[in-house]
Amino acid sequence: MGSVYRARDLHFPNVVKLVAVKEMINTAPDPLIRQTIVQNFEREANLLATLNHHSIPRIYDYFTEENRSYLVIEYIHGKDLEAIISENEGFMTEEQVLTWGVELCEVLSFLHNHKPDPIIFRDMKPSNVMIDHNGDVKLVDFGIAKTFQFGQKGTMIGTEGYSPPEQYRGEATPLADLYALGATLHHALSRRDPRMEPPFSFEERPLRKINPSVTPELDAVVTRSLQYNPEDRFQTAAEMKDALLAAAHKTGILSKVTSTIGQANGIKPLWTFRCEDEIRSTPLYYQNTLFTGCYDNNLYAINAGNGEFLWKYPTEGGIVSKPVAFDDNLYFGSEDHRLHVVGARSGKVVWTYYTNGPVRSSVRIAEGHAFLGSDDKFLHAVNLNSGRAAWKFETSDPIRSTPYIANELVYVGNEIGDFLTIDFRGELKWRFRAKRGITSSPTIDKQLVLFSSLDGTLYALDHRNGFVVWRFRLGKGSISSPCVVDDIVFVGAADGFIYAVEARTSKELWRFRTEHQVSSSPVVYKDSLYCGSVDGYLYCLEYRTGRLRWKFGTEGQIIGSPLVYDDIVYVGSTDHQVYALLA
Amino acid sequence: MQFFRKMFGGQVTKEIETATTAPLSDQQIQSILQGTKSQFDLQQLVAASGQSVGKQRELNEDSLLALTTTLAGNSGSLPFGIYIVADGMGGHQFGEVASNAAVRIVAGHIIRKFQPYLFSIKPSPPDESLQEIMQTAVREAQKIIQNEAPSSGTTLTAALVLGQQVTIAHVGDSRAYHIYPDGRAEVVTRDHSLVKRLEELGHISPAEAENYPHRNVLYRALGQGEILEADVFTVSFPQTGYLMLCSDGLWGVVADQDINKIIREAPSLQRACQSLVEAANAAGGPDNISVIIAQMIG
Repeated sequence: MGSVYRARDLHFPNVVKLVAVKEMINTAPDPLIRQTIVQNFEREANLLATLNHHSIPRIYDYFTEENRSYLVIEYIHGKDLEAIISENEGFMTEEQVLTWGVELCEVLSFLHNHKPDPIIFRDMKPSNVMIDHNGDVKLVDFGIAKTFQFGQKGTMIGTEGYSPPEQYRGEATPLADLYALGATLHHALSRRDPRMEPPFSFEERPLRKINPSVTPELDAVVTRSLQYNPEDRFQTAAEMKDALLAAAHKTGILSKVTSTIGQANGIKPLWTFRCEDEIRSTPLYYQNTLFTGCYDNNLYAINAGNGEFLWKYPTEGGIVSKPVAFDDNLYFGSEDHRLHVVGARSGKVVWTYYTNGPVRSSVRIAEGHAFLGSDDKFLHAVNLNSGRAAWKFETSDPIRSTPYIANELVYVGNEIGDFLTIDFRGELKWRFRAKRGITSSPTIDKQLVLFSSLDGTLYALDHRNGFVVWRFRLGKGSISSPCVVDDIVFVGAADGFIYAVEARTSKELWRFRTEHQVSSSPVVYKDSLYCGSVDGYLYCLEYRTGRLRWKFGTEGQIIGSPLVYDDIVYVGSTDHQVYALLA
Repeated sequence: MQFFRKMFGGQVTKEIETATTAPLSDQQIQSILQGTKSQFDLQQLVAASGQSVGKQRELNEDSLLALTTTLAGNSGSLPFGIYIVADGMGGHQFGEVASNAAVRIVAGHIIRKFQPYLFSIKPSPPDESLQEIMQTAVREAQKIIQNEAPSSGTTLTAALVLGQQVTIAHVGDSRAYHIYPDGRAEVVTRDHSLVKRLEELGHISPAEAENYPHRNVLYRALGQGEILEADVFTVSFPQTGYLMLCSDGLWGVVADQDINKIIREAPSLQRACQSLVEAANAAGGPDNISVIIAQMIG
């Protein structure tokens, strides 16, 4: 709608005098709208011309040319506060924000004490605050510092997020400017843009929770300026300035309060069990027994109560898949190319089924059939009675994702990035192509089928036709399988984060940083989320907020997923051990 | 089904679940019954709309758009519909310019994105996700409205129906409802109004909200503000009920249960829309009235 040019004033030919020329292009096709815009513009010019304060840019001239209006004002070498906040990697220092706060209080105090009538700025926000090359504050854009125009349906003048409640009702007072100043300081200290949040929600974003280095003294000043009721706020800009100065005095040079994270190390496992090689698979609990596959080629049966060894069943390859129990038999794939079916009590083989490649996908059982993928690029449907293939569906790449079965359809991804939906006759229903492999196992929640991909995206497709309902960008690729609880989708990614995304809107609710890739798939039990990381820790987070409850360190990487049963979490690690912990 | 059973050995398997059981509600039974119907039946989306300037305004600042397509063939039918209600903001601010632009731009954007899917010989679905398409449509409308009619504003509630899903983009205080045959009227959008926000924060009660003096003050509207974040989300199309979009000229005047009753008792969707408009006018018609009702049949 408008641009600002840097220009040279040629009235002074012998020196370089720079000015800023603010241009407004009147694109409105309607002559009445055009006229209103010109009037607004001239009002800004006249108002600015009467003001003389070092934090307010001086005005030199204004004019209108056809459909363009220009305002010639003092040129400020500097940047606006919004740009400074967003370009700065970390938080602004408290000292810095305090200094700006005090200067802004001074200029607001000047405006509010203007005679004959006080001037309400009405649009205090970081992008209207310039910091010049000397570090001094300048208040710019008086475009709406004028009589509040209140239409039939509330013309929302003022900037959403920074404005106090009463401004939405059309009451603009000096106290409203102080609220917006508080909001501006809050934004600078927290790096959270209030325009992206619902109005008046500062209370839900306590400063010190976001930026623990903010001192309680400054926090108190900002909190007071953001009170809902005007009478609870500072009553004048001078009062707020004094409070800021007092906070600065009390804290001196900032005494940094460092947060202590997590009560990480107090946790003792109930028991541990040592295998002979890395554990990369997810355990299964069945009839008081814990079953886990291991890279030492064995499937172990462990007493879930005390961690005692019961039996082991040897295969000829590593076991990364999660065993499944059905009718007192265990079903699991091995890198020896086979699906093994073993008695859950005896540990004796019942039958096996050959594929032509290592089996890394876990088995899904439905309608008398075992469904599994293999590195031989086929999806196999194996009849449980005969132990033979009912059908095989050929894809172009290995299938390591575990199929999901719903609505008489089989949903599965493969390593080139195809996502396939196959009916019970072995015929393709629909197909979707991600940019890279889908190792993650899909899950279905309501209308959506959800999975992540190595292309760094969490996908939500319409389970009926494969339309992409939404996509959520992860920092890096992911092989973690999503889980959904309370319409929140949880998934890990190779960027080390565990993400929580709202299923309806695809909005991120929170993300939690671990120290390495998250290949493990999160699980939710009661009000906690459990997930492992390649950094070796098992994390327990409050699933609604992502707040860390505890973490437990193993001596290796956690690649498989935890299992929670009866308030006990079981998890395997590449340190060869299975751990049982109180949930 | 017989075929599958034979093929899979006729064994019926059950997974052990710990979920508690409860009698099914009528609605659940209905939806189960629907699920057993043959999949080859033509599933049809139908819709109707109604609009009135009201009794107290001279200018109609509401705009609406209802577009329903049926494209059926061997590969089944895929219901596709675009429904938009926009309520331009008051008086001298040229709200009608903004609401009209919003409806046209958003619908145009969606149709352009779906053109290759719906109307080319080799259908290809859009590259973007449904929610991304809605987001970009709103952004485009925001940009154009700010250029064409600066300082004006409009609400926007746009629903894209594709199959069984409804993806909604929403700004302001027009609403989308799910109307169920059991009498419920569920608001699926969230008003971006001051009064709603105060209610959410617990500063006023729902009863106080009814009579709040600044009921029409919005904190978010299309055409206003530098950063506009529309609510974009996806819900299921109500299987046994109706999807309704309307401006506050209807929902602010006629109670939810009356809206529900009128729709259920009307002989057709078109008549339902007319009766709703009449009801709002009978209650004084203080504002422009716009309503769209859509239903899935089959």
